[in-house]
Amino acid sequence: MAPPSKRRPGFSRRAQYGLFLGYVVAVGGVLFAVLLLVVAIVDPGGFRALRGAALDVTSPVTATGRAVVRFFTDSGQNVGEYVMAARRNAELRQELKKSHQRLIEARAIEYENRRLKALLKLSNDVPDDIATARIVGSTFDSSRRLATLAAGASSGIRVGQPVRSAEGLIGRVVEAGRWASRVLLITDGASNVPVHLVRDGTPAMATGRGDGTIELKPLELGENPFKRGDIFVTSGTGGIYSPGVPVAMVIHVERDRTIGRPLADPSRIDFALVQQIFQPAANQPLSAAAPPAPPAPAAAVAAQ
Amino acid sequence: MSRIALTQSDVRMKDFRRSYVPILSTVAACLLALLPVIVSSPVIPDFAFLVLISWRLLRPELWTATTALPLGLFNDLVAGHPLGQSMALWTIAFLVFDLIEARIVYKDYWMDWAFAALMIVGYTFGDWYVGRLMGSQMAFSILLPQLLAGILVYPVVARFILALDRWRLSR
Repeated sequence: MAPPSKRRPGFSRRAQYGLFLGYVVAVGGVLFAVLLLVVAIVDPGGFRALRGAALDVTSPVTATGRAVVRFFTDSGQNVGEYVMAARRNAELRQELKKSHQRLIEARAIEYENRRLKALLKLSNDVPDDIATARIVGSTFDSSRRLATLAAGASSGIRVGQPVRSAEGLIGRVVEAGRWASRVLLITDGASNVPVHLVRDGTPAMATGRGDGTIELKPLELGENPFKRGDIFVTSGTGGIYSPGVPVAMVIHVERDRTIGRPLADPSRIDFALVQQIFQPAANQPLSAAAPPAPPAPAAAVAAQ
Repeated sequence: MSRIALTQSDVRMKDFRRSYVPILSTVAACLLALLPVIVSSPVIPDFAFLVLISWRLLRPELWTATTALPLGLFNDLVAGHPLGQSMALWTIAFLVFDLIEARIVYKDYWMDWAFAALMIVGYTFGDWYVGRLMGSQMAFSILLPQLLAGILVYPVVARFILALDRWRLSR
């Protein structure tokens, strides 16, 4: 026996039209949503107020939960250390980690100094920190790698500013609410950071791969110049990230592909520093980032 | 709880439960995105979508395709997706389910799972493709663990939703 048609709700015209109208609305809704998506792709900063408000409302929940998670992780860790009788071990490891970090920074500074001596007249101010905030959460069920920061526009945070921790670069602010903001991590596929090799200054581009690692692409063609254990710091090219911030360590080298691990692991970091954009003109549209007006030095001289 | 509603407020309570448990459970699944977990690679499936398709496959008559629009908007806002992503993908999923169900003669557990798997693959691909349009250069292969986890976790979620549905309709 042929099954009864399920597409028709009965003989009632009213029910039939109602069903049809439902589909019209649904398809119209899909088209509207696709339109919204197109707007989001063309102008990622669109609907800023709405998205910022949603971020503000939801981040306190995450922040509270994070404190609870941290309490349990910490207490678990403490018990573990007593059981293992390895407190001393942990202390030593921490000290080693600190000195390792210092070493990276010192190397970066050394290279920076050499370069600066070569280009004596270049101005190279390190920007000020804007805010210190906790990282409270991250996306975990989508393909993007975004983290939530428990500070927003009220602390001076604006879209585009770089975020770092003591260990290294974390990412860049992409959305700022009033009390919370979203950070595009350097491991996200859309993140590109200009870096250079600490050893000899070979420039490279650090692109996220989306799975917690970073691909390091040399800017010059030829044999892969990187080795396992190489450390990369930001080069300051492009004007967003200030130079000398540790970014990644190479963990795996293939013939023409270099995979690195970020030095700052967002899941272990408590506090993140939000910094000024290195060269503020870099975040302006091209037309606004005109070359500085030439009479400025003359005026400064006149003032003296 | 007694099986007979004794007072007017009991009746109201049961009515409320009957009509709002599906929506509220989906909203709760969206709110899972607020868990203070920081992970660096995509391995956890999108529970909001799993709960949504579980309800849809269990009770096809419960929601029309338009219900997915406001739910998708809510998920976009909470999870930080570009606005419109879940709205479009969820509604398309509902429309595809409608198309499929108009053609099949009967349904069983395995077919439900197969449809859900199909939809999870489509949804993950859509998520990846939107990310790609937004400038992410991630390889699709990185999403495979999440995809597999979603397909394997679906029966568990569906079983949970079934229990919730029995509680919702209990007297």
